[in-house]
Amino acid sequence: MSVTKQDVEYVAVLARLELKEEEKEGMIADMNSILQYIEKLKELDTEDVDIVVNPYYIENKFRSDEVTESMPLSEVLNNAPETLEEYILVPKVIEG
Amino acid sequence: MEFETVIGLEVHAELSTNTKIYCGCTTEYGGKPNTHVCPVCLGLPGSLPMLNKKVVDYGIKAGLALNCRITKLSRMDRKNYFYPDCPKNYQITQDEFPLSRDGYIDIEISEGVIKRIGIERIHIEEDAGKLLHTNSGTLVDFNRAGVPLIEIVSKPDLSSPEEATLYLQKLKSILSSIEVSDCKMEEGSLRCDGNISIKPKGETKLGIRSEIKNMNSFKALEKALGYEFIRQEEVLNSGGKLSTETRRWDESTLKTYIMRSKEQANDYRYFPEGDQVTINISDEWIEAIRSTIPELTHEKLARFIKEFDISSYDAMVLTLSAPLADFFEATAKISMDAKSSANWLMGDISKLMNEALITAASLKFTPEDLSALIKLINSGTISNNIGKKILNEMFLTGKSPGKIVEEEGLTQNNDEGEILSAVIEAIKASSTSVEDYKNGKTRVVGFLVGLVMKATKGKSNPQMVNKLILQELNKL
Amino acid sequence: MELHKHKAHELKDMISKREIKVQEVITSFQARIDKVETDIGAILYNDFEKAIEKAKKLDLSLEKGENIGILSGLPIGLKDNISVEGMQNTCASKILEGYISTYDANVTEKIKSSGGIIMGKLNMDEFAMGSSNENSAFKPCRNPWDLTRVPGGSSGGPAAAVASCEVPLSLGTETGGSVRQPAALCGVVGLKPTYGRVSRYGVVAFGSTLDQVGTLGKDVEDCALITSAIAGLDKRDFTTVDIPVQDYKKSLTKDLSGKRIGIPKEFFGEGLNEDIRKKVEEAIKVLKANGAIIKECSLPLADYSLAAYYIISSAEASSNLARFDGIRYGYRATDYKDGIDLYYKSRSQGFGNEVKRRIMLGTYALSAGYYDAYYKKALKVRKLIKDDFQRVFKDFDALISPTSPSTAFKFGEKKDDVLAMYLSDIYTVPVNIAGIPAISVPCGFVDNLPVGLQIIGNYFKEDILFNIAYSYEQSENWHNTMPSMVPCLSIKVGE
Repeated sequence: MSVTKQDVEYVAVLARLELKEEEKEGMIADMNSILQYIEKLKELDTEDVDIVVNPYYIENKFRSDEVTESMPLSEVLNNAPETLEEYILVPKVIEG
Repeated sequence: MEFETVIGLEVHAELSTNTKIYCGCTTEYGGKPNTHVCPVCLGLPGSLPMLNKKVVDYGIKAGLALNCRITKLSRMDRKNYFYPDCPKNYQITQDEFPLSRDGYIDIEISEGVIKRIGIERIHIEEDAGKLLHTNSGTLVDFNRAGVPLIEIVSKPDLSSPEEATLYLQKLKSILSSIEVSDCKMEEGSLRCDGNISIKPKGETKLGIRSEIKNMNSFKALEKALGYEFIRQEEVLNSGGKLSTETRRWDESTLKTYIMRSKEQANDYRYFPEGDQVTINISDEWIEAIRSTIPELTHEKLARFIKEFDISSYDAMVLTLSAPLADFFEATAKISMDAKSSANWLMGDISKLMNEALITAASLKFTPEDLSALIKLINSGTISNNIGKKILNEMFLTGKSPGKIVEEEGLTQNNDEGEILSAVIEAIKASSTSVEDYKNGKTRVVGFLVGLVMKATKGKSNPQMVNKLILQELNKL
Repeated sequence: MELHKHKAHELKDMISKREIKVQEVITSFQARIDKVETDIGAILYNDFEKAIEKAKKLDLSLEKGENIGILSGLPIGLKDNISVEGMQNTCASKILEGYISTYDANVTEKIKSSGGIIMGKLNMDEFAMGSSNENSAFKPCRNPWDLTRVPGGSSGGPAAAVASCEVPLSLGTETGGSVRQPAALCGVVGLKPTYGRVSRYGVVAFGSTLDQVGTLGKDVEDCALITSAIAGLDKRDFTTVDIPVQDYKKSLTKDLSGKRIGIPKEFFGEGLNEDIRKKVEEAIKVLKANGAIIKECSLPLADYSLAAYYIISSAEASSNLARFDGIRYGYRATDYKDGIDLYYKSRSQGFGNEVKRRIMLGTYALSAGYYDAYYKKALKVRKLIKDDFQRVFKDFDALISPTSPSTAFKFGEKKDDVLAMYLSDIYTVPVNIAGIPAISVPCGFVDNLPVGLQIIGNYFKEDILFNIAYSYEQSENWHNTMPSMVPCLSIKVGE
């Protein structure tokens, strides 16, 4: 499987990354190099194998429905690049 | 060309838990912006989600109430997309193994005609924050980010906007009666998006569908889907082509418009949520939840008709609220007079409750009291009119009817001898009445009844008074 | 007093005997930092004022005869992706420059409540992606044994800081060998605990099903000490488990009679430097002499670990790093056209190249049409690798291998060959995939550069790892050698 410029541009949009033209070339080469190595996995027959998400089976961890203290507003806003009163401010977003 | 509609609905309901789905922040409404957040729901680096057990309980409950199969081994997945109201730029939801699948709701599409609408799946997920668009930019408030939702996806079994509305109403009724959500469309705790496509009558292949959003009331749902059918029909009839779109219903212009898409590509790249673990739902857990599900409204309605032999209209009114239904049932069982029980509750008592702005849960008197009242009237101890007076007193003070009758000496007089004397007195006192009666003016009977009642302070058995008056008049 | 030359357990001993005060220890280490940090570059943030204030409080408690906890006032360095309230948490990235944590990680809370003093935040590869610390957006970190060479990564700062005696103990993180490999390259001890042994709450996520906080110290006893302090269940991290933490001190013995140690042949194949192989073979002889039963074994699936690792870790990272968007915190670009462009500009300007590469790879592996072939396939291979280890652990208590195929390489040597850099992790990564624990302990020098011996154990068998590592260590003397740092003076113990 080979990655094309179109693939790289599509993936960059999904990842919200803006790549300059020169960067795209490098990215195509790097991705292909890694994907080439990853082809190795095709050597293994995994037809009847279950997937493993957590490294070992863990089940039924829950939290009870009890209210805990929230963060003070000042802490929420302190790290925000731009705020307006109690809100975090971002440039106007077109209704999606 | 004649077309038929195919509709599927995606409903989101806010679950009425105390805390959010992945953290202990409160789900209470109000509160200053960004004051109900923590590192988890704000998506701070290093934070980890903690699944609220009650959310899973409610999800299972909804699945059972909607006749679904509960998934034994379930898990959470990530849905990846970028948007300012999404703190992590992914939503933790369920993709491959939702809590339940393959359920149904039965709707009555016309008198006695039931249609079964399939439910594809039900899963739990988190809500996003809120955006406020102003001239200075977009303001983001994360208070609602992380509020737990269930998403209920129907099969495309609905064939008209009317059916869609019936389905949504029934769904709302069920979810409220199991108390997992307060289901208020106006407040946003019940949201509905519709997928609608049309196909030539008789054709099995489905047409191109559009997703309709922003329908904020039952009325809007019906209007929007109705409009969309016509729009799609016009396009196809004029030889045009439809495309898969997301459209927004505009309540002011009563039209749907294409929405500008949130992101170019809707490739959500679902994959398992590695910070959460497998949800293993045992049979014991399911049964424990099942035992908390009350009789659902439509089940109660059907039972009332059968068990108490009341009309379907009466049954519908009485089951509109759970406390009212419970009050009726208790009264009917104790008094053994379901009809009277229904009449009192639907008539005088409902009027009093509406004026006082209370529900049957806050009535001061009990079903035993109402039964006693019904028994007093049925046995002739008091008249119906006296009964109404007593009811008012019961409503205001909570005193039992027996006590009120005693205190105010309201026992109906059934003594024929006494009533006869009063009748004779009344006839004597009213000289013209005999003449009038003999001349065919039967209205005087009512006049004489009034005189007797006044003389006996309303306590005389009205039927007896009537009978004796006629008896005496006819003698003369 | 040159307190910085001592091991943590020695200092702890002296403090409890009231031979020295905590303040003296802090001051001594700070002086060491002031002297060597310009050359080493392991520290991104250091607050002496706060540290000495805490030291004063602990000294007062000690005077009252109070117990101040097992970490006894010792200064600890934390990799700059572990949250400490009020301190930066940059992950060595521009995108988090200026970000101040508003809460403590679970391990931070545990260190504080055990009497540890957080000396500062340590350098790393950006977002823990790298094997040389060359991907730090702020400054390079240098190997104390040879300042022209890398310390390894991504926990280059934690390893170099301990090796150069800037701190006696440090915490790093691992996703694919990022504590063990730098530990090996810097000649210190580094442990990756079993997945779920230590809480990830407050640790900036890279690969959710792979990440673990790792511990580093000058010797095995030190490593065991800090591990005891931070291990345990945390109800805020659902992937931690309710298994009691063993008393690691009991494992610090030399006798290995009856211990069955396997030598997986796949870890000794092509690509392994001959001199390193010899060092590891010598180490194996020592273990045998101490009573262990040594036998060859095979882990055929190990060869596939790196490929599976790159898919799983990149995919998870592409999602975990999505939150860095300039909206709620971190770097926000100023030259954006509109609300959507804000994301593109902030992320593209804030992230370094390696991070972008991994995000791109991960996004691709999860995208429609490729999910089954890449991500799902990798998760199935994961099951096979786990099963492979379980099969071997039926017959063995632990496995031995070199930690790294090479010693510390020169700056820039592997930077342009992405795959060559990734292959540095070939022996360490299978461990992360399976979630089992492993430790790296120094086993000698090749061309004056440290070599690490890796010991791998089954789930929650950190006690066996400490036992074998301690037994080996105490039979040699590598833990008592210290680096000389050109152009700084050599400070070999005993001089």
